[in-house]
Amino acid sequence: MEQFLQQIASGLANGAIYACVALALVMIYVSTDHINFAQGEMAMFSTYISWQLMSWGMSFWVAFALTVIISFAMGVLIERLILRPLHNAPVLSIIVVFIGLLAIFNSMAGAFWSYLIKEFPSPFPKSDFGIAGVIGPHQLGVVLITLIVLGLLFVFFRYTPLGLAMRAAAQNPQSARLVGVRVDWMLALGWGLAASVGAVAGIMVAHIVYLEPNMMGGILLYAFASALVGGISNPAGAVAGGFIVGILENMVAYAGNQLEKATGIYIIGNGEKLTVALIIVIFVLTVKPAGLFGRVVVKRV
Amino acid sequence: MAALLEVSGLKAFYGQTQSLYDVAFDIPMGGITTLLGANGAGKTTTLRAICNMVRTDGTIRFDGKNIRGMATEEIVRQRIAHVPEGRGTFTTLTVDENLRIAAYTRKDKQAVKDELERVFVYFPRLKERIQQQAGTLSGGEQQMLAIARALMLKPRLMLLDEPSFGLAPLIVLEIFRILRRINEEEKVSILLVEQNAALALDLATHAYVLETGKVVMSGPSDVVKNDENVRKSYLGY
Amino acid sequence: MAGSSRVWVLGAIVVAVLVPLLQPVFPDVVSNYRLFLISTMIIASIAVLGLNLLTGFNGQFSLGHGAFYAVGAYTAAILMDKMNVPYWATIPAAAIVCFIVGYLFGLPALKLEGHYLALATFALALAVPQILKYKWLEGLTGGVQGIVLMKPEVPFGLPLSEDQWLYYFCLVVMIVLFWAAANMLNSRSGRAMMAIRDQYMAADTMGIDTALYKTVTFGISAAYTGIAGALSASAIAFVAPDSFGIFLSIKFLIGLVVGGMGSLLGSVLGGVFYVLVDNSAQSLTQFIRNDLGLPFDLSAYTVFGVLLIAIIYLMPMGIAGGLFIAYRKLRGARA
Repeated sequence: MEQFLQQIASGLANGAIYACVALALVMIYVSTDHINFAQGEMAMFSTYISWQLMSWGMSFWVAFALTVIISFAMGVLIERLILRPLHNAPVLSIIVVFIGLLAIFNSMAGAFWSYLIKEFPSPFPKSDFGIAGVIGPHQLGVVLITLIVLGLLFVFFRYTPLGLAMRAAAQNPQSARLVGVRVDWMLALGWGLAASVGAVAGIMVAHIVYLEPNMMGGILLYAFASALVGGISNPAGAVAGGFIVGILENMVAYAGNQLEKATGIYIIGNGEKLTVALIIVIFVLTVKPAGLFGRVVVKRV
Repeated sequence: MAALLEVSGLKAFYGQTQSLYDVAFDIPMGGITTLLGANGAGKTTTLRAICNMVRTDGTIRFDGKNIRGMATEEIVRQRIAHVPEGRGTFTTLTVDENLRIAAYTRKDKQAVKDELERVFVYFPRLKERIQQQAGTLSGGEQQMLAIARALMLKPRLMLLDEPSFGLAPLIVLEIFRILRRINEEEKVSILLVEQNAALALDLATHAYVLETGKVVMSGPSDVVKNDENVRKSYLGY
Repeated sequence: MAGSSRVWVLGAIVVAVLVPLLQPVFPDVVSNYRLFLISTMIIASIAVLGLNLLTGFNGQFSLGHGAFYAVGAYTAAILMDKMNVPYWATIPAAAIVCFIVGYLFGLPALKLEGHYLALATFALALAVPQILKYKWLEGLTGGVQGIVLMKPEVPFGLPLSEDQWLYYFCLVVMIVLFWAAANMLNSRSGRAMMAIRDQYMAADTMGIDTALYKTVTFGISAAYTGIAGALSASAIAFVAPDSFGIFLSIKFLIGLVVGGMGSLLGSVLGGVFYVLVDNSAQSLTQFIRNDLGLPFDLSAYTVFGVLLIAIIYLMPMGIAGGLFIAYRKLRGARA
């Protein structure tokens, strides 16, 4: 029983990370109709920035805050400088640019900080923070931070004028212009926010998966699965999808472990997590592309 | 009296196709002007051209200032409100949010609140539905919402594109009555594009008639109303 | 094929055939290592051609062709290692297996447009190394350690080195495959493929069985890239799961975009290009580190990434497209 609870807790913690990255993906998708394939590498790069700040002597939370701000600026710059001029380019061209960004961020992280795996500190105190035996301090901290970030974003979008303007710009850019909203800047801000949220996810997960340039690959795949499960046009759905997928991932591995213990037959375990994510992605895309909470887009002839 | 909006030599293009050929007209301050014409004559294009939603050439001056080529949202910030074809409401946002977004650049919270109240005086139906999702409103209510939202921009000029489209006659009459009140009480000049020529000519003080991208007739509305060609082509008698 | 380009192609083939024979004359220039490198370029061109058939000519975007390359490579490796199949027979075997896999993937892909297909194939590419390490397949695949193979033996006692023979073998496969592709693209089927890319709805209503064309093209495209994978298994004499990750698919994408989408010449240029940059990256890194003294380990992928973005901005039709435009300008100037 205790192990089962541990798996749930671990699933929640993983799910929190997936929820953040999935949210970043959905925010960009809803405002620009594009899937940011470089989201994982951007988050990884931000995490390295925080590592660098800490190695220069800053405390964890100061580095965290500064990294979030830097990532925001990075997101805005990428949208303004690289993506804006390609506004009307064919979808294929834009996907290629995203892959280019992916390659650049990944290799530059390796160039600046080498490919050696690094340890990344956890800001959550070792002993008393967790719930003994069930959820560790870092995992609990991850879930809390994620909930705080998500809460702040919710309040921002729902109750502030700027958040309202961003929602309107995403929903109907032409109408938004007709009420004076500077839609282009809303897009840039959306990118900035997505980059920030990605940075939070990266910093939170680095302690668990260790800091190295390829750390976000699998997480990105899971974030895709989460966004699709939740409905790629629905930010709240993405968050829900993240937690669902996180728990599901752990449950599947747990079930496989138990099966192996009981019968000696190994069908599935920790080594197949990416394959499970792939199956989820293909399944949702072909069977229910709108996910649980999204809307199906009807193509106009 | 100087015109509020002066348009001359206006050409408009959808891609390579030219849609307006040397259109010229003036909107006097304080009046209601209507733009009439058959389908495809270029009425909607003219409104879009004013807001730089299509590629244009020529001169457009708003209160003496050249606005041709300015970004749409900057033109709107000059206090020109455009109520487009199809209303343009944000269907997934509530009535309240649709109205507030027009005020998002404004710092004075109290003034915004007061404006909302005034808007509800014109459109009491909207107050009843304030938290409802805009997409679930009836056609008439959506049109009211679109006009109310335009009002929240505190415009000096309001462009309306076929407000009667798809609405029951009684609703249309109600909306036109409200438009007259807005023009008189809020001192908002109006440029009205309408297929329903009879109603438009009743409401407006001036009229222009467009045919295949050119202005073919202009004058005070009662003169235009009694013109034989106009009667035959647009009024049905 | 137009008359003048046929001459160019035949000329290129003649040159290609003669070059390795110059080894005794220029042993340093035409070294075994260089021939091996050119063989890898040939393999890369075939892989890029596979991707080009699907994306450039048929408009279905794949970020996961590394998966088919892996299937081809492992099919060849397993046949050679476990069943003593001779290396040349692994090529058609890999083609068949990959065609089936590609076709099967093409079926659900019918429902996916643009970035959704890109997403699905991207997910596939991310998962491939893990799939290859799956416990139940370990007996066949050799797990994490992979499979060690032997380079193809020079047959009939010909007086050639292994690398020279490998070169000729790859060259023959390339000529056959490109010739087949050229014929297919020039036929009605080819025009249907491209019609689907350009005007999907129109093609559909015109009576082209778009579903059939799309799935079969997927299969053929996978087969081509799979053959490249099988060739690489023989050439490198080794397969291991971690060499078939997402970055392999990114390399193919580089070749496609830089070389030129929808162009046979572009596929060759693209393959040559990415092998060149990949191999020069080492020396570039050393140059930056040692000669410029900067503490950065520049990798080929930074160059790739920057180039991808630059090409989209400056020359979206790739080098082949650029050459084509330049050629037309010259012709125009003369006429």
